[in-house]
Amino acid sequence: MALLARLLALAVAALLAFPTLAQAPRYGGELVFPVPSEPPSYDGHREETFGLIHPLAPFYNTLLRVDPNDRSGTKPYPSLAESWTVSPDGKTYTFKIRTGVKFHDGSEMTSKDIKASYDKIIFPPPGVGSTRKGQYAVVESVEAPDATTVVFKLKHPSGSFIASLLSPYNWIYKADIIAKDPHWYETHIMGTGPFIFVEHVKGSHLVGKKNPNYWDKGKPYLDGFRAIFIRDSAAQVAAIRGERAQIQFRGFTPKDRDNLKAALGDKITVQESPWDCILLVAINHKKKPFDDPRVRRALTLALDRYEGSKALSQIAIVKEVAGVQVPGTPYATPPEELAKIPGYWHDIEKSRAEAKRLLKEAGVPDGFSFTFMNRGIPMPYEPLGVWMIDQWRKIGLNVTQRVIEPAAYFGALRRGEHEVAMDFQCGYIVEPDLDMYKFLSSSRNPANYGYYEDPVLDKLYDQQSQATSPDERKKIIKEFESRVLGEQAHYLMTLQWHRIIPHSSRLHGWTITPSHYLNNTLDTVWLSQ
Amino acid sequence: MGYYIFKRLLAMIPTMLGVAVLIFILLRVIPGDVVEARYLTQGSAYVSQDLMNIERKKLGLDQPLWKQFTGWMTGLAHLDFGLSMWTGSPITEEIKLRFVLSLQLALMASTIATTLAIPLGILAAFKQDTWVDYAVRVFSIAGLATPSFWLGSLMILAMLIVFHWVPPMVFTPLWVNPWDNLAQLIWPALAVGYRYCAVGTRMMRSTMLEVLREDYIRTARAKGLKMKLILTRHALKNAILPVLTVISTEFAFLLGGLVVTEQVFNLNGLGMLFVEGISHRDYTMIQALVLLVATTFLAVNFVVDIAYGWIDPRIRYR
Repeated sequence: MALLARLLALAVAALLAFPTLAQAPRYGGELVFPVPSEPPSYDGHREETFGLIHPLAPFYNTLLRVDPNDRSGTKPYPSLAESWTVSPDGKTYTFKIRTGVKFHDGSEMTSKDIKASYDKIIFPPPGVGSTRKGQYAVVESVEAPDATTVVFKLKHPSGSFIASLLSPYNWIYKADIIAKDPHWYETHIMGTGPFIFVEHVKGSHLVGKKNPNYWDKGKPYLDGFRAIFIRDSAAQVAAIRGERAQIQFRGFTPKDRDNLKAALGDKITVQESPWDCILLVAINHKKKPFDDPRVRRALTLALDRYEGSKALSQIAIVKEVAGVQVPGTPYATPPEELAKIPGYWHDIEKSRAEAKRLLKEAGVPDGFSFTFMNRGIPMPYEPLGVWMIDQWRKIGLNVTQRVIEPAAYFGALRRGEHEVAMDFQCGYIVEPDLDMYKFLSSSRNPANYGYYEDPVLDKLYDQQSQATSPDERKKIIKEFESRVLGEQAHYLMTLQWHRIIPHSSRLHGWTITPSHYLNNTLDTVWLSQ
Repeated sequence: MGYYIFKRLLAMIPTMLGVAVLIFILLRVIPGDVVEARYLTQGSAYVSQDLMNIERKKLGLDQPLWKQFTGWMTGLAHLDFGLSMWTGSPITEEIKLRFVLSLQLALMASTIATTLAIPLGILAAFKQDTWVDYAVRVFSIAGLATPSFWLGSLMILAMLIVFHWVPPMVFTPLWVNPWDNLAQLIWPALAVGYRYCAVGTRMMRSTMLEVLREDYIRTARAKGLKMKLILTRHALKNAILPVLTVISTEFAFLLGGLVVTEQVFNLNGLGMLFVEGISHRDYTMIQALVLLVATTFLAVNFVVDIAYGWIDPRIRYR
């Protein structure tokens, strides 16, 4: 009897701890979600926006995906590949491909399709653009020795190769179609995913219906989904508040979250996470006095990131104090270690005194003026820009803000006209190779708007990229971080973005990750009554 | 009259050509292009110059400007607006999708505005300096002072708070489901129509006041003609001409200019397409839309000019 009671208590405790276990997934229903932007074309290998991923990912599968229940959004999980092995020299990755997977046109998916898709991404034919080609520079060849095996041969071992295959953009297309016309997928949708394309009314909405022959038996749970293109954030909030939509997968502001919670109470569930997007400050090393590391260090020392986080997280989509990796993810430097880097010290008075000393030592006069170029987007560029200007004034710098229209902004950065400017980085997965590429010398990375050359940094990057042991990699990343943000202060980090997803409590089976590009296949999502 | 119409139609050609040249040059002068907008704004550090060159070549942006212009003009001569540089879809298809909504909204707003503006303007003029006049003036000045998008936001907020309801988010054509169609469009039509009505009311009131002071109205009154007849048969015909001009210009504006209101109500109209085209630097799309709006203005002005002669027989065309 005592044993029975104990078992019962355990079962109750388990149900309370994991509320999703309490309810079996329910079949049926249509998920409606606003998407703040619209896909330019339908080709995942070509495009670079969440506006493509949110409505179109449910039509496709990738070779691997991230574990849909992993909040860090970094754990590899099988998708079209059931399993994989790595050769002892770390240069050959062999994937066992799932059988019984059908494209929406009824044809069988085989390793040939995977090879063709990856060839299009890594070795695109002349005249075909591949946005992520540069991320696979390590790949020497992709082979399909039989229908259920795909082999990737690398030029050298890579610590990030598996993570790079988790890209939500690398949809598997049909080889025969790509062979006939590599641009076909720009205007057509046809994959192996849990949903089948129904219609896209441009500027309005896109509809998908359940794939009855989906290879993952029992899924998807939904009958279909409807992605509605709504640019205005107030209209997106109104859609959730009026219960016309259940979720918006990108994110809302803290104020929107509070308003929705106040209006809908228990009908709203909020998931939050650090967001793999950050605004950085690019300091143009070609403009004096910013070629002097002491001046750059003074700029970072002036920022009280900890107090800034407390205040700004109330009004903007930023929160965590971060280094080069999203806080809480496997390669992120723990807060106590980060606090040792100049600019991250907890004692702001000491930081600012040091900043003033450095400016004096560098011969920068008190009241020195410069122009800070910012992008004409209110959230979070505007509050962060205002905050930084105020912080820099506290060490005697006189900063003027110049706001540039969004579409022209990065062109201006590429021309290198700025002295100090807001820059932006957003990743589809938290991975040091992807997140740290930004900081490489400008001869290796044209998107380095600091316009510096730092061979030491480049070497550290290559070393961490090729390190196969996580501990060794962590050590090199810390060294890299300390150099780029502290010692040389090539770039300044502002605050990590903070992703807030208030969604209908009827929605289950979806877990937030730091990336708004992940977990959009919708195969695990279901709606309760 | 036939000669006049021919002359007016002919005069439209150089106007359109001027608009075409101007928009083509202006677009190339502003910084950034569609390839930058597509690849540099998403925060990826991996975008290579090679990729941007491939995309520019694909869109013909690597060609000299004169070649791009002549290519566009040749297409226009065949009534081919080309493909959107952003989506790759035919521009006519993209515009057609939005035109139905914008046209219906413009018609609804114009109907609401004219139905209210003309009687209110006449009433205010007729009852000048009475409480009726004051009430109409307050109503119309408030309309002029209230931006449509703000009124729209208030409407949505009120509907959410009071009825826990928001209008449908997706456009349904009138002939598919009239109820859903009206449930979505009536609110923006009211928000826009109010401001539009305010402009019309003010204009109607002032022109009517002017006409009511004319000698021939005094004569008609002295003859003992009923006031209703004086107003409708004699005064209105002369007072309505400036109002007609204002209403028609507003109508042309509504077709492509409701940018913020469309955003607030999430309407898939031409205004939003315009703004998106500009933010994406979709040259071909903006060029086509500017020409469409210019044509609408020219056509509306032309129709109004012809209507002048029909309403006021004193006007003769040569």
